Amino acid sequence: MRKLLVKICLISTFLTGVAQAELDIVITEGIKRRPIAVVPFGWEGNSGNVPLDIAAVISSDLTRSGRFAPIPEDDMLQKPTSGVDVDFDDWSILGVEAVVVGRVVQTGDNAYNVQFQLFDVFGRDQLVGYRMPASRGTMRRVAHRAADMIYEKLTGIRGVFDTKVAYVTAEQRRDGLLYSLIVSDQDGENEHKIMESNDPIMSPAWSPDSRRLAYVSFEGNKSSIFIQTLRTGNRIQVSSRPGINGAPAFSPDGRKLVLTLGGLDGNLDIHVLDINSRKAQRITSHRAIDTEGSWSPDGRFVYFTSDRAGGPQIYRVSANGGTPERITFEGSYNARPRFSPDGSKLAMVHLDRGNYRIAVMDMKRKDLLVLSAGRQDESPSFAPNSDTLIYATRQTRNGVLESVTADGLIRQRLTSGQGDVREPVWSPFQRF
Amino acid sequence: MSQYKLIALFLSFALLGACASQDIPDPDPVDSTVGSEDGTSTDGMDGSGLGDGEFIDYDAGELTNIIYFEFDSYELGPEDAEIVARHGRQLADESRLSVRLEGHADERGSREYNIGLGERRAQAVRRVLLIQGASASQISTVSFGEERPAAFGSDEGAWAQNRRVEVKYTN
Repeated sequence: MRKLLVKICLISTFLTGVAQAELDIVITEGIKRRPIAVVPFGWEGNSGNVPLDIAAVISSDLTRSGRFAPIPEDDMLQKPTSGVDVDFDDWSILGVEAVVVGRVVQTGDNAYNVQFQLFDVFGRDQLVGYRMPASRGTMRRVAHRAADMIYEKLTGIRGVFDTKVAYVTAEQRRDGLLYSLIVSDQDGENEHKIMESNDPIMSPAWSPDSRRLAYVSFEGNKSSIFIQTLRTGNRIQVSSRPGINGAPAFSPDGRKLVLTLGGLDGNLDIHVLDINSRKAQRITSHRAIDTEGSWSPDGRFVYFTSDRAGGPQIYRVSANGGTPERITFEGSYNARPRFSPDGSKLAMVHLDRGNYRIAVMDMKRKDLLVLSAGRQDESPSFAPNSDTLIYATRQTRNGVLESVTADGLIRQRLTSGQGDVREPVWSPFQRF
Repeated sequence: MSQYKLIALFLSFALLGACASQDIPDPDPVDSTVGSEDGTSTDGMDGSGLGDGEFIDYDAGELTNIIYFEFDSYELGPEDAEIVARHGRQLADESRLSVRLEGHADERGSREYNIGLGERRAQAVRRVLLIQGASASQISTVSFGEERPAAFGSDEGAWAQNRRVEVKYTN
């Protein structure tokens, strides 16, 4: 398939310093980027400027989806801020399919209303209109929520602009590597450091309510698993047994973790840990490496990597234990299974003609589709809408993040974080 | 069989020699003993001593602490087995000593699976230590997988330096 490369550079400066988001979007020919207009929002405030350019955030979200091409502000023949002022003829001349207008109204010292309307230009019809209260602190999320509603109305796919991504970075320092666990908005903005250490940090995993992260830390030169609450920063050590403690993943009900324990003799097996009681139940028992457990969305099965047949392949076992069943047969290396939240696809790292790439298996047809094009791509993680995945790839020496739609048609690179960026995990949908 | 082994040994030393001359940027070498091992491997390059199998001639003072492994391999070569055995005898002789075996993998493939590969290497070393009379309580293992590379880079030279077990005396 021939591919068309569209390069877009967005450089934005925010309050706390310079946050830079750079993006390369590779769009397979045949995907039409739909023209849309996001008109700059009006501002009715007591004083000063609007706290955030809402239209710019919505525009950037829609552009980054790869499915829309917002027109430049300079091309707009009118800049209405309310539906009654929209002249459909002016927009039809420009060939845009849809128009977004809106305004920010200040209602108190740190209280605003953000309202927007989405119009179908050809049908001359309002598709959605919505008003949300906001503060300066929540205004970005409100803008992403508006983008989510617009995206869903126009594509039928639930938007994931108001979600987060956790990832690990490693930066070269004078005294060695500094590892950090970062949470940012899905567009790379609003980075927060959750934890940093001179010892490796690995395998972050979101709780289903997206309030906590489980991860592996090598503090004290041994591996242990922590669960950290994002809002408070409090963390608890839930597994620090002899040998390997690795690869945590929350059960769909949030009460258990599947994890890998190695023991003194280093035989890695899959276990299920009850978070409250800290009791661990072994669910695989084989002298091969069994690791990277991942729950099926219904919580009935754990899918995992095992090299019991020689090279690593994906197996599944009942969450209560039992006889594992092999799932992957295509290729010599399939590892790190991760389900789409709707259960229709299984993402994995797949060795494809000498390259480690991200592939998805359709759970009905059982066929494998390779989605990425790097040499050492790893750590696939689905967005909560099951439509897009994020993963890590290499750019010269450093890891960088990319996302790709599950059909492989739209792939893009996102540069966020400093140093070597790895192990991105997409959050569940956020409660507002 | 033995001929095959000798060829394999020679090739692996040739490879190590190549690594050393390649000058891979390593701003933070994990352990300075990497250098002395490279020196040893160039001794092997001239072929002297190949016939009698005596070309490794460590004296007790400079027992190396890093054991390297082939791709997808967890077996100790005969010379490495002897090095590890000497560590084992040392532990058996002096019960106050203890070691941490740090297993590592190269960067290819999935990170948690690589933790498993590093652990396999650490366990291969642990078994030899136990056979030589070290007690289990003297030994701990940890696998860092690909998380703590000794060399950066995405080529066989860097990978070969990263597939290793470091024997660290903690007491």
